[in-house]
Amino acid sequence: MAYGVRLKVWGDHACFTRPEMKVERVSYDVMTPSAARGILEAIHWKPAIRWVIDAIHVLNVPRFQSIRRNEVGGKAPAGKIRSAMKRGDLEGLQILVDEDRQQRASTVLVKPAYVIAAHFALTDKADGDDTEGKHLDVFNRRARRGQCFHQPCLGTREFAASFELVEPGEPTPGPAPADRTSQLGFGTPRDLGFMLWDIDQASGKPSLFFRATLADGVVQVPRPGSPEVRG
Amino acid sequence: MVAIKNRYDFVYLFDVKNGNPNGDPDNGNMPRIEPQSQKGLVTDVSLKRKVRNYVELVKGGQPPHAIYMQERAVLNNQHKKAYDALGIPPETKKLPKDNGKARELTRWMCTNFFDIRAFGAVMTTEVNAGQVRGPIQMTFAESIDTIVPQEVSITRSSVTNERDAEKERTMGRKHILPYALYRSHGFISASLAGDETKGTGFSEEDLDLFFEALCNMFDHDRSAARGEMNACKLIVFKHALPLGNARTQDLFARVGISKKDGVVLPRAFSDYNVTIDRENLPSGIEIIEPCSGHGHGTG
Repeated sequence: MAYGVRLKVWGDHACFTRPEMKVERVSYDVMTPSAARGILEAIHWKPAIRWVIDAIHVLNVPRFQSIRRNEVGGKAPAGKIRSAMKRGDLEGLQILVDEDRQQRASTVLVKPAYVIAAHFALTDKADGDDTEGKHLDVFNRRARRGQCFHQPCLGTREFAASFELVEPGEPTPGPAPADRTSQLGFGTPRDLGFMLWDIDQASGKPSLFFRATLADGVVQVPRPGSPEVRG
Repeated sequence: MVAIKNRYDFVYLFDVKNGNPNGDPDNGNMPRIEPQSQKGLVTDVSLKRKVRNYVELVKGGQPPHAIYMQERAVLNNQHKKAYDALGIPPETKKLPKDNGKARELTRWMCTNFFDIRAFGAVMTTEVNAGQVRGPIQMTFAESIDTIVPQEVSITRSSVTNERDAEKERTMGRKHILPYALYRSHGFISASLAGDETKGTGFSEEDLDLFFEALCNMFDHDRSAARGEMNACKLIVFKHALPLGNARTQDLFARVGISKKDGVVLPRAFSDYNVTIDRENLPSGIEIIEPCSGHGHGTG
């Protein structure tokens, strides 16, 4: 196993939407491995590597807030676009948002902060130049300087994430003493129930789940292919 | 159009006087408030809507600055006549077969619509290319100080319904903030603008138009509910490298906002000190203030 990376991320809000409650969005209590992977990929990713999340450290007690917004129900219809392309004008292509309006509430997390612990594996797209060391260096260099492909986000793009590298050899930041409560699984581990592990894009996009437990502020994430990950 | 080559992070300050910047549908249209901190919020989508409306107004809905997500309120009847043949050749560059079709569609949409180039869109194609992530990422604006919404009862002297005719008067309600200054952060990714496969082609010209919209959009969004809203300051950190030269949190920390000495209840932008720390900027970072020439933000 390659040496892993640790990245601290935090922001004002987050929404890691539960797939069973995605119309009126309700966030999970903690970040999902899939969202953590997206954050790492926003900083560095190439087809030659695959990020594997090892653990998610939760730095403060989850606190929720409800935000209701006007949203649009429809997507841009491909067929209409195609015919407008052929015609060469935009007549009637626009969406009138006041006619396709849905007011949806999102139950989002307030002031979340996490440390993502992860490593990566090389995929079969890797060639001779791709070594784990090289990609590790690239990631560490970018994360240290605050460089990114696009600003990472906490679940949805309007909740931007600030990030900083936890330098190798430094201890992993933990929650403040006041937050070391049973809500973060201090004392007795807290069962978070079934939680999205990731979506398998390669084979028809099934969602995979695992039983998440928050123990001493940390969710250990099962490895890809382990029996704990269920489709 | 050449896509932008730099990453940008920006701090956007705007204020409201005797108005409601963004109503909360869950709360009888009171100004949005974060319950624990008692600070006001304005959602990202509310700000994006105003950007779209401004671009619509300035460019008349003409490609390549057409607006996909339109409000009936800002549609003017000139549009319908104005859409003549675009003369934009549908790009038929050969693409990998699996999602080439969808790419062609999304690229055509990006070429014609400003808001899709800037903010992205989701299209109903099966493949991944049906989703466009725009380079601009805006976040919730939060007020600098706690807000205290006021409920103002108003009367009107005419009635809508026949059956209320003998009432003569009906009462209504408005919620206003006497004053609040809001701060919002945004990010513009050069990669999502110029990437070979994912890029939307968001150009330097588009960027100038976007900043112009932020500086001026409240001037064209007057209404009974809004009161007086103004863009106060737009502070843009331009990175020399497409991936960036510095950490955003360090750059944003350079913009400090505090009440001036002796001010207890701020009632104007001039009650605040806005400081920008320009000392020892990380190499490759340049600070730009696009709104300076717009007659705003003199504080």
